[in-house]
Amino acid sequence: MRYERPKTTAEVTNLLAGAVGRAFVLAGGTDLLVRMKSDDFEVDLVVDIKAIPSMSEISETADGFEIGAAVPCAVLGENKALVAAWPGVVEAANLIGSTQIQGRCTIAGNLCNASPAADSVPAMVAAGAHARIASPDGAKIVAVEEIPVGPGETSLKKGEFIEAILIPKRSPRSGDAYLRFIPRTEMDIAVVGAGVRLTLDEQGGIESARVALGAVGPKVVLSEEAARAIVGSKLEEAALDALAEACSAASTPIDDKRGTVEFRKHVVGVLARRAAKLAYKRAGEN
Amino acid sequence: MVSVPVSTTINSDEVEFLCRADESLLDVLRNRLGLMGAKEGCGTGDCGACSVIMDGRIVCSCLVLGAEAEGRTIETIEGMADGNELHPLQKKFIEHAALQCGICTPGFLMAAKALLDANPDPTEEEIRFWLAGNLCRCTGYDKIVRAVADAAQEMRGKRA
Repeated sequence: MRYERPKTTAEVTNLLAGAVGRAFVLAGGTDLLVRMKSDDFEVDLVVDIKAIPSMSEISETADGFEIGAAVPCAVLGENKALVAAWPGVVEAANLIGSTQIQGRCTIAGNLCNASPAADSVPAMVAAGAHARIASPDGAKIVAVEEIPVGPGETSLKKGEFIEAILIPKRSPRSGDAYLRFIPRTEMDIAVVGAGVRLTLDEQGGIESARVALGAVGPKVVLSEEAARAIVGSKLEEAALDALAEACSAASTPIDDKRGTVEFRKHVVGVLARRAAKLAYKRAGEN
Repeated sequence: MVSVPVSTTINSDEVEFLCRADESLLDVLRNRLGLMGAKEGCGTGDCGACSVIMDGRIVCSCLVLGAEAEGRTIETIEGMADGNELHPLQKKFIEHAALQCGICTPGFLMAAKALLDANPDPTEEEIRFWLAGNLCRCTGYDKIVRAVADAAQEMRGKRA
Protein backbone atom coordinates (compact mmCIF):
# COMPACT_ATOMS: atom_id res chain seq x y z
CA MET A 1 0.00 0.00 0.00
CA ARG A 2 1.09 3.53 -0.82
CA TYR A 3 0.21 6.58 1.31
CA GLU A 4 0.06 10.01 -0.29
CA ARG A 5 -0.72 13.37 1.26
CA PRO A 6 -1.11 15.87 -1.59
CA LYS A 7 -1.45 19.60 -1.03
CA THR A 8 -3.94 20.41 -3.82
CA THR A 9 -7.24 19.05 -5.10
CA ALA A 10 -5.73 18.58 -8.57
CA GLU A 11 -3.05 16.30 -7.14
CA VAL A 12 -5.75 14.24 -5.39
CA THR A 13 -7.79 13.72 -8.55
CA ASN A 14 -4.66 12.92 -10.58
CA LEU A 15 -3.51 10.36 -8.03
CA LEU A 16 -6.96 8.76 -7.94
CA ALA A 17 -7.33 8.81 -11.73
CA GLY A 18 -3.90 7.31 -12.30
CA ALA A 19 -4.09 4.73 -9.52
CA VAL A 20 -3.34 1.12 -10.37
CA GLY A 21 -5.52 -1.12 -8.21
CA ARG A 22 -7.83 0.01 -5.43
CA ALA A 23 -7.52 3.61 -4.27
CA PHE A 24 -9.30 5.26 -1.34
CA VAL A 25 -9.56 8.78 -0.02
CA LEU A 26 -8.67 9.15 3.67
CA ALA A 27 -10.43 11.85 5.71
CA GLY A 28 -11.32 10.64 9.24
CA GLY A 29 -10.55 7.01 8.53
CA THR A 30 -13.15 5.65 10.96
CA ASP A 31 -14.60 3.38 8.28
CA LEU A 32 -11.58 2.95 5.99
CA LEU A 33 -9.09 1.92 8.70
CA VAL A 34 -11.55 -0.61 10.13
CA ARG A 35 -12.00 -2.12 6.67
CA MET A 36 -8.23 -2.15 6.09
CA LYS A 37 -7.85 -4.51 9.04
CA SER A 38 -10.05 -7.10 7.40
CA ASP A 39 -8.18 -9.88 5.53
CA ASP A 40 -10.38 -9.74 2.45
CA PHE A 41 -9.99 -5.99 1.90
CA GLU A 42 -7.31 -4.88 -0.54
CA VAL A 43 -6.08 -1.31 -0.81
CA ASP A 44 -3.22 -0.16 -3.03
CA LEU A 45 -3.32 3.60 -2.54
CA VAL A 46 -4.58 5.81 0.28
CA VAL A 47 -4.84 9.52 -0.48
CA ASP A 48 -4.99 11.59 2.72
CA ILE A 49 -6.77 14.88 1.92
CA LYS A 50 -6.07 16.62 5.24
CA ALA A 51 -3.00 18.53 4.04
CA ILE A 52 -5.35 20.63 1.87
CA PRO A 53 -6.49 23.45 4.21
CA SER A 54 -9.98 23.90 2.69
CA MET A 55 -10.82 20.26 3.45
CA SER A 56 -10.83 21.03 7.17
CA GLU A 57 -12.80 24.29 6.99
CA ILE A 58 -16.44 25.26 7.35
CA SER A 59 -17.24 28.45 5.48
CA GLU A 60 -20.44 30.44 5.34
CA THR A 61 -21.12 31.63 1.81
CA ALA A 62 -23.94 33.63 0.23
CA ASP A 63 -25.55 30.29 -0.68
CA GLY A 64 -25.19 28.61 2.70
CA PHE A 65 -22.53 26.47 4.33
CA GLU A 66 -19.60 24.76 2.69
CA ILE A 67 -18.26 21.93 4.83
CA GLY A 68 -14.85 20.60 3.79
CA ALA A 69 -14.72 16.84 3.30
CA ALA A 70 -12.35 16.30 6.22
CA VAL A 71 -14.19 18.38 8.86
CA PRO A 72 -14.81 16.07 11.85
CA CYS A 73 -18.41 15.77 13.04
CA ALA A 74 -17.42 17.13 16.47
CA VAL A 75 -16.47 20.41 14.76
CA LEU A 76 -19.95 20.68 13.22
CA GLY A 77 -21.41 20.62 16.74
CA GLU A 78 -19.05 23.41 17.79
CA ASN A 79 -20.09 25.70 14.91
CA LYS A 80 -22.82 27.91 16.40
CA ALA A 81 -24.08 29.27 13.07
CA LEU A 82 -24.47 25.78 11.60
CA VAL A 83 -26.17 24.46 14.73
CA ALA A 84 -28.59 27.41 14.66
CA ALA A 85 -29.40 27.00 10.96
CA TRP A 86 -29.48 23.20 10.60
CA PRO A 87 -29.85 21.57 14.02
CA GLY A 88 -31.17 18.34 12.46
CA VAL A 89 -28.10 17.89 10.28
CA VAL A 90 -25.74 18.58 13.18
CA GLU A 91 -27.63 16.31 15.58
CA ALA A 92 -27.56 13.50 13.02
CA ALA A 93 -23.81 13.96 12.48
CA ASN A 94 -23.20 14.01 16.23
CA LEU A 95 -25.04 10.69 16.71
CA ILE A 96 -22.24 8.84 14.92
CA GLY A 97 -20.02 6.88 17.32
CA SER A 98 -18.22 7.86 20.50
CA THR A 99 -16.31 11.03 21.42
CA GLN A 100 -13.19 9.39 19.93
CA ILE A 101 -14.99 8.70 16.64
CA GLN A 102 -16.58 12.18 16.57
CA GLY A 103 -13.11 13.73 16.58
CA ARG A 104 -12.35 12.03 13.26
CA CYS A 105 -15.51 10.97 11.41
CA THR A 106 -16.92 13.18 8.65
CA ILE A 107 -20.28 13.60 6.90
CA ALA A 108 -18.59 13.28 3.49
CA GLY A 109 -17.15 9.95 4.65
CA ASN A 110 -20.49 8.88 6.08
CA LEU A 111 -21.97 9.55 2.64
CA CYS A 112 -19.21 7.77 0.68
CA ASN A 113 -19.21 4.74 2.97
CA ALA A 114 -22.73 4.33 1.57
CA SER A 115 -24.21 2.42 4.48
CA PRO A 116 -28.03 2.45 4.19
CA ALA A 117 -28.07 3.20 7.95
CA ALA A 118 -25.75 6.25 7.78
CA ASP A 119 -27.22 8.76 10.25
CA SER A 120 -26.09 11.99 8.63
CA VAL A 121 -27.35 11.09 5.16
CA PRO A 122 -31.15 11.36 5.60
CA ALA A 123 -30.61 14.62 7.48
CA MET A 124 -28.45 16.01 4.64
CA VAL A 125 -30.96 14.86 2.02
CA ALA A 126 -33.85 16.44 3.93
CA ALA A 127 -31.85 19.68 4.14
CA GLY A 128 -31.35 19.64 0.36
CA ALA A 129 -27.56 19.31 0.67
CA HIS A 130 -25.28 18.81 -2.32
CA ALA A 131 -21.80 17.37 -2.73
CA ARG A 132 -19.14 19.19 -4.71
CA ILE A 133 -17.21 16.54 -6.58
CA ALA A 134 -13.71 17.20 -7.86
CA SER A 135 -12.38 15.25 -10.83
CA PRO A 136 -9.53 15.67 -13.32
CA ASP A 137 -12.11 17.34 -15.62
CA GLY A 138 -13.16 19.92 -13.04
CA ALA A 139 -15.75 20.21 -10.31
CA LYS A 140 -19.46 19.37 -10.43
CA ILE A 141 -22.25 19.66 -7.92
CA VAL A 142 -24.53 16.69 -7.28
CA ALA A 143 -27.46 16.22 -4.90
CA VAL A 144 -26.47 14.13 -1.87
CA GLU A 145 -29.15 11.52 -2.62
CA GLU A 146 -27.46 10.80 -5.96
CA ILE A 147 -24.18 9.69 -4.32
CA PRO A 148 -25.09 6.33 -2.74
CA VAL A 149 -26.50 3.78 -5.16
CA GLY A 150 -26.63 0.75 -2.86
CA PRO A 151 -24.94 -0.71 0.23
CA GLY A 152 -21.25 0.25 0.02
CA GLU A 153 -21.61 1.53 -3.57
CA THR A 154 -21.50 5.13 -4.78
CA SER A 155 -21.96 6.87 -8.11
CA LEU A 156 -18.45 8.37 -7.88
CA LYS A 157 -16.25 7.43 -10.83
CA LYS A 158 -12.53 6.77 -10.88
CA GLY A 159 -10.66 10.03 -10.28
CA GLU A 160 -13.60 11.69 -8.52
CA PHE A 161 -13.88 12.55 -4.86
CA ILE A 162 -16.16 14.71 -2.72
CA GLU A 163 -14.30 17.85 -1.68
CA ALA A 164 -17.13 19.55 0.20
CA ILE A 165 -20.72 19.17 1.34
CA LEU A 166 -22.85 22.21 0.51
CA ILE A 167 -25.81 22.91 2.75
CA PRO A 168 -28.12 25.64 1.46
CA LYS A 169 -28.93 28.81 3.33
CA ARG A 170 -31.94 28.07 5.52
CA SER A 171 -34.95 29.94 4.21
CA PRO A 172 -37.14 31.89 6.67
CA ARG A 173 -39.71 29.90 8.70
CA SER A 174 -37.82 26.66 8.08
CA GLY A 175 -36.71 23.92 10.42
CA ASP A 176 -35.18 20.46 10.25
CA ALA A 177 -34.90 17.40 12.46
CA TYR A 178 -33.48 13.87 12.35
CA LEU A 179 -34.49 11.02 14.65
CA ARG A 180 -33.41 7.40 14.65
CA PHE A 181 -34.35 4.20 16.43
CA ILE A 182 -31.67 2.06 18.08
CA PRO A 183 -32.19 -0.75 20.61
CA ARG A 184 -29.90 0.88 23.18
CA THR A 185 -29.71 4.49 24.31
CA GLU A 186 -26.48 5.56 22.52
CA MET A 187 -23.61 4.29 20.38
CA ASP A 188 -25.42 2.12 17.90
CA ILE A 189 -26.30 1.89 14.23
CA ALA A 190 -29.74 3.10 13.14
CA VAL A 191 -32.39 0.41 12.71
CA VAL A 192 -34.56 3.16 11.19
CA GLY A 193 -33.89 6.89 10.71
CA ALA A 194 -36.03 9.80 9.50
CA GLY A 195 -35.02 13.33 8.49
CA VAL A 196 -37.54 16.11 7.83
CA ARG A 197 -37.13 19.70 6.60
CA LEU A 198 -40.14 22.00 6.55
CA THR A 199 -40.79 25.55 5.40
CA LEU A 200 -43.92 27.29 6.65
CA ASP A 201 -46.01 30.04 5.07
CA GLU A 202 -46.89 33.14 7.07
CA GLN A 203 -50.01 31.48 8.47
CA GLY A 204 -48.04 28.50 9.82
CA GLY A 205 -49.11 26.09 7.10
CA ILE A 206 -46.46 23.85 5.54
CA GLU A 207 -45.40 25.39 2.24
CA SER A 208 -42.76 22.83 1.30
CA ALA A 209 -41.22 19.74 2.85
CA ARG A 210 -38.53 17.12 2.29
CA VAL A 211 -38.74 13.76 4.01
CA ALA A 212 -35.76 11.39 3.84
CA LEU A 213 -35.66 7.91 5.36
CA GLY A 214 -32.66 5.82 6.40
CA ALA A 215 -32.08 2.07 6.91
CA VAL A 216 -35.34 1.14 5.20
CA GLY A 217 -33.92 0.41 1.74
CA PRO A 218 -30.62 -0.21 -0.07
CA LYS A 219 -30.00 3.56 -0.01
CA VAL A 220 -31.56 6.66 1.52
CA VAL A 221 -35.19 7.14 0.46
CA LEU A 222 -36.38 10.65 -0.47
CA SER A 223 -40.16 10.32 -0.43
CA GLU A 224 -42.15 12.87 -2.39
CA GLU A 225 -45.38 11.17 -1.33
CA ALA A 226 -44.45 11.67 2.31
CA ALA A 227 -43.71 15.35 1.66
CA ARG A 228 -47.01 15.78 -0.22
CA ALA A 229 -48.86 14.23 2.73
CA ILE A 230 -48.01 17.21 4.93
CA VAL A 231 -47.70 20.14 2.49
CA GLY A 232 -50.67 22.48 3.02
CA SER A 233 -51.28 21.12 6.52
CA LYS A 234 -50.38 22.35 9.98
CA LEU A 235 -49.52 18.78 10.97
CA GLU A 236 -53.04 17.96 12.06
CA GLU A 237 -53.56 14.33 13.12
CA ALA A 238 -54.86 13.34 9.67
CA ALA A 239 -51.78 14.81 7.96
CA LEU A 240 -49.46 13.02 10.39
CA ASP A 241 -51.30 9.74 9.75
CA ALA A 242 -50.92 10.26 6.01
CA LEU A 243 -47.22 11.05 6.49
CA ALA A 244 -46.63 7.88 8.51
CA GLU A 245 -48.52 5.81 5.96
CA ALA A 246 -46.54 7.27 3.06
CA CYS A 247 -43.25 6.60 4.84
CA SER A 248 -44.19 3.00 5.57
CA ALA A 249 -45.24 2.54 1.93
CA ALA A 250 -41.97 4.06 0.65
CA SER A 251 -39.87 1.66 2.75
CA THR A 252 -38.42 -1.62 1.47
CA PRO A 253 -36.34 -2.67 4.47
CA ILE A 254 -34.44 -5.88 5.12
CA ASP A 255 -35.39 -8.42 7.78
CA ASP A 256 -32.57 -9.07 10.23
CA LYS A 257 -31.87 -9.58 13.93
CA ARG A 258 -31.89 -5.83 14.51
CA GLY A 259 -35.40 -5.31 13.17
CA THR A 260 -38.01 -7.12 11.11
CA VAL A 261 -39.54 -5.69 7.95
CA GLU A 262 -42.84 -5.17 9.76
CA PHE A 263 -41.14 -3.41 12.69
CA ARG A 264 -39.07 -1.13 10.46
CA LYS A 265 -42.04 -0.18 8.29
CA HIS A 266 -44.02 0.75 11.39
CA VAL A 267 -41.24 2.61 13.19
CA VAL A 268 -40.31 4.68 10.13
CA GLY A 269 -43.78 6.23 10.29
CA VAL A 270 -43.54 6.88 14.02
CA LEU A 271 -40.15 8.57 13.64
CA ALA A 272 -41.26 10.63 10.63
CA ARG A 273 -44.23 11.94 12.66
CA ARG A 274 -41.99 12.92 15.56
CA ALA A 275 -39.30 14.42 13.34
CA ALA A 276 -41.94 16.42 11.46
CA LYS A 277 -43.32 17.80 14.73
CA LEU A 278 -39.85 18.80 15.88
CA ALA A 279 -39.02 20.41 12.52
CA TYR A 280 -42.38 22.22 12.61
CA LYS A 281 -41.66 23.58 16.07
CA ARG A 282 -38.21 24.74 14.95
CA ALA A 283 -39.63 26.33 11.80
CA GLY A 284 -42.05 28.32 13.95
CA GLU A 285 -39.21 29.67 16.04
CA ASN A 286 -37.33 31.34 13.19
CA MET B 1 6.18 -1.58 1.02
CA VAL B 2 7.79 1.86 1.10
CA SER B 3 8.42 3.29 4.55
CA VAL B 4 6.93 6.69 5.35
CA PRO B 5 9.12 9.19 7.25
CA VAL B 6 7.16 11.07 9.90
CA SER B 7 8.04 14.07 12.09
CA THR B 8 5.68 14.69 14.96
CA THR B 9 5.45 15.91 18.53
CA ILE B 10 4.65 13.37 21.24
CA ASN B 11 4.32 14.48 24.86
CA SER B 12 6.15 17.74 24.01
CA ASP B 13 9.10 15.87 22.47
CA GLU B 14 9.92 16.17 18.79
CA VAL B 15 9.94 12.65 17.42
CA GLU B 16 10.88 11.22 14.03
CA PHE B 17 10.11 7.70 12.91
CA LEU B 18 9.71 5.53 9.83
CA CYS B 19 6.60 3.41 9.52
CA ARG B 20 4.79 1.24 7.00
CA ALA B 21 2.08 3.08 5.06
CA ASP B 22 -0.66 0.92 6.55
CA GLU B 23 0.69 0.93 10.11
CA SER B 24 -1.57 2.38 12.80
CA LEU B 25 -0.42 5.11 15.15
CA LEU B 26 -1.09 2.64 17.97
CA ASP B 27 1.39 0.14 16.49
CA VAL B 28 3.94 2.92 15.97
CA LEU B 29 3.60 4.08 19.59
CA ARG B 30 3.88 0.58 21.01
CA ASN B 31 6.23 -1.22 18.64
CA ARG B 32 8.52 1.51 17.37
CA LEU B 33 8.57 4.15 20.11
CA GLY B 34 8.28 1.96 23.19
CA LEU B 35 5.24 3.84 24.45
CA MET B 36 3.25 0.86 25.71
CA GLY B 37 0.59 2.77 27.68
CA ALA B 38 -2.00 2.85 24.90
CA LYS B 39 -3.50 -0.64 24.62
CA GLU B 40 -5.03 -2.55 21.76
CA GLY B 41 -8.42 -3.83 22.88
CA CYS B 42 -10.49 -4.23 19.74
CA GLY B 43 -8.44 -2.58 16.99
CA THR B 44 -11.63 -1.22 15.43
CA GLY B 45 -12.39 1.93 17.41
CA ASP B 46 -15.03 0.41 19.68
CA CYS B 47 -13.27 0.08 23.05
CA GLY B 48 -11.17 3.22 23.51
CA ALA B 49 -8.22 1.42 25.16
CA CYS B 50 -5.87 3.01 22.60
CA SER B 51 -7.15 6.58 23.17
CA VAL B 52 -4.64 9.39 22.71
CA ILE B 53 -5.10 13.13 22.29
CA MET B 54 -4.20 14.41 18.82
CA ASP B 55 -4.22 18.17 18.25
CA GLY B 56 -6.41 18.54 21.33
CA ARG B 57 -9.00 15.90 20.38
CA ILE B 58 -9.37 12.45 21.85
CA VAL B 59 -9.04 9.79 19.14
CA CYS B 60 -8.57 6.04 18.88
CA SER B 61 -4.93 5.59 17.86
CA CYS B 62 -5.87 2.25 16.24
CA LEU B 63 -7.93 4.28 13.72
CA VAL B 64 -5.15 6.74 12.88
CA LEU B 65 -2.32 5.87 10.51
CA GLY B 66 1.17 6.48 11.86
CA ALA B 67 1.76 8.52 8.70
CA GLU B 68 -1.08 10.85 9.66
CA ALA B 69 0.86 11.97 12.76
CA GLU B 70 3.06 14.13 10.51
CA GLY B 71 3.09 17.68 11.90
CA ARG B 72 0.58 16.85 14.63
CA THR B 73 0.76 17.09 18.39
CA ILE B 74 0.10 13.82 20.21
CA GLU B 75 -0.43 13.33 23.93
CA THR B 76 -0.26 9.85 25.44
CA ILE B 77 -0.63 8.49 28.96
CA GLU B 78 3.17 8.55 29.34
CA GLY B 79 3.05 12.35 29.33
CA MET B 80 0.22 12.72 31.83
CA ALA B 81 2.15 12.79 35.11
CA ASP B 82 4.41 15.75 35.79
CA GLY B 83 7.66 13.92 36.58
CA ASN B 84 6.91 11.88 39.68
CA GLU B 85 3.81 13.92 40.46
CA LEU B 86 0.70 12.07 39.23
CA HIS B 87 -2.02 14.02 37.44
CA PRO B 88 -5.09 14.63 39.67
CA LEU B 89 -7.05 12.19 37.50
CA GLN B 90 -4.45 9.48 38.08
CA LYS B 91 -4.52 10.10 41.84
CA LYS B 92 -8.31 10.00 41.94
CA PHE B 93 -8.45 6.77 39.93
CA ILE B 94 -6.23 5.17 42.59
CA GLU B 95 -8.14 6.75 45.48
CA HIS B 96 -11.53 5.60 44.17
CA ALA B 97 -10.21 2.18 43.11
CA ALA B 98 -11.42 3.00 39.62
CA LEU B 99 -9.37 0.25 38.03
CA GLN B 100 -8.82 -3.46 38.35
CA CYS B 101 -6.92 -5.11 35.52
CA GLY B 102 -5.78 -1.74 34.16
CA ILE B 103 -6.06 -2.45 30.43
CA CYS B 104 -8.71 0.23 29.87
CA THR B 105 -7.22 2.71 32.34
CA PRO B 106 -4.80 4.68 30.11
CA GLY B 107 -7.61 5.19 27.59
CA PHE B 108 -10.04 6.29 30.28
CA LEU B 109 -7.49 8.70 31.73
CA MET B 110 -6.72 10.29 28.37
CA ALA B 111 -10.42 10.58 27.51
CA ALA B 112 -11.16 12.06 30.93
CA LYS B 113 -8.29 14.53 30.51
CA ALA B 114 -9.67 15.62 27.13
CA LEU B 115 -13.08 16.08 28.77
CA LEU B 116 -11.76 18.22 31.62
CA ASP B 117 -9.58 20.24 29.22
CA ALA B 118 -12.77 21.09 27.29
CA ASN B 119 -15.22 21.23 30.18
CA PRO B 120 -13.81 21.70 33.69
CA ASP B 121 -17.22 21.25 35.35
CA PRO B 122 -19.05 18.38 33.66
CA THR B 123 -22.29 16.91 34.98
CA GLU B 124 -22.44 13.19 35.71
CA GLU B 125 -24.41 12.73 32.50
CA GLU B 126 -21.76 14.61 30.51
CA ILE B 127 -19.01 12.45 32.04
CA ARG B 128 -20.88 9.24 31.22
CA PHE B 129 -21.69 10.39 27.71
CA TRP B 130 -18.13 11.53 26.98
CA LEU B 131 -16.65 8.26 28.27
CA ALA B 132 -19.12 6.03 26.43
CA GLY B 133 -16.43 5.18 23.89
CA ASN B 134 -14.25 3.64 26.60
CA LEU B 135 -15.16 0.14 27.70
CA CYS B 136 -14.26 -1.40 31.06
CA ARG B 137 -15.09 -5.03 31.74
CA CYS B 138 -13.90 -5.09 35.37
CA THR B 139 -15.14 -2.29 37.56
CA GLY B 140 -18.41 -1.20 36.15
CA TYR B 141 -18.34 2.50 35.50
CA ASP B 142 -19.46 4.09 38.77
CA LYS B 143 -16.03 4.30 40.36
CA ILE B 144 -14.55 5.72 37.18
CA VAL B 145 -17.28 8.37 36.90
CA ARG B 146 -16.85 9.30 40.57
CA ALA B 147 -13.07 9.54 40.18
CA VAL B 148 -13.45 11.88 37.21
CA ALA B 149 -16.00 14.07 39.01
CA ASP B 150 -13.78 14.24 42.09
CA ALA B 151 -10.70 15.11 40.02
CA ALA B 152 -12.67 17.81 38.21
CA GLN B 153 -13.71 19.32 41.53
CA GLU B 154 -10.17 19.28 42.86
CA MET B 155 -8.77 20.79 39.65
CA ARG B 156 -11.39 23.55 39.72
CA GLY B 157 -10.39 24.33 43.30
CA LYS B 158 -6.79 24.72 42.23
CA ARG B 159 -7.70 26.96 39.34
CA ALA B 160 -9.78 29.31 41.50
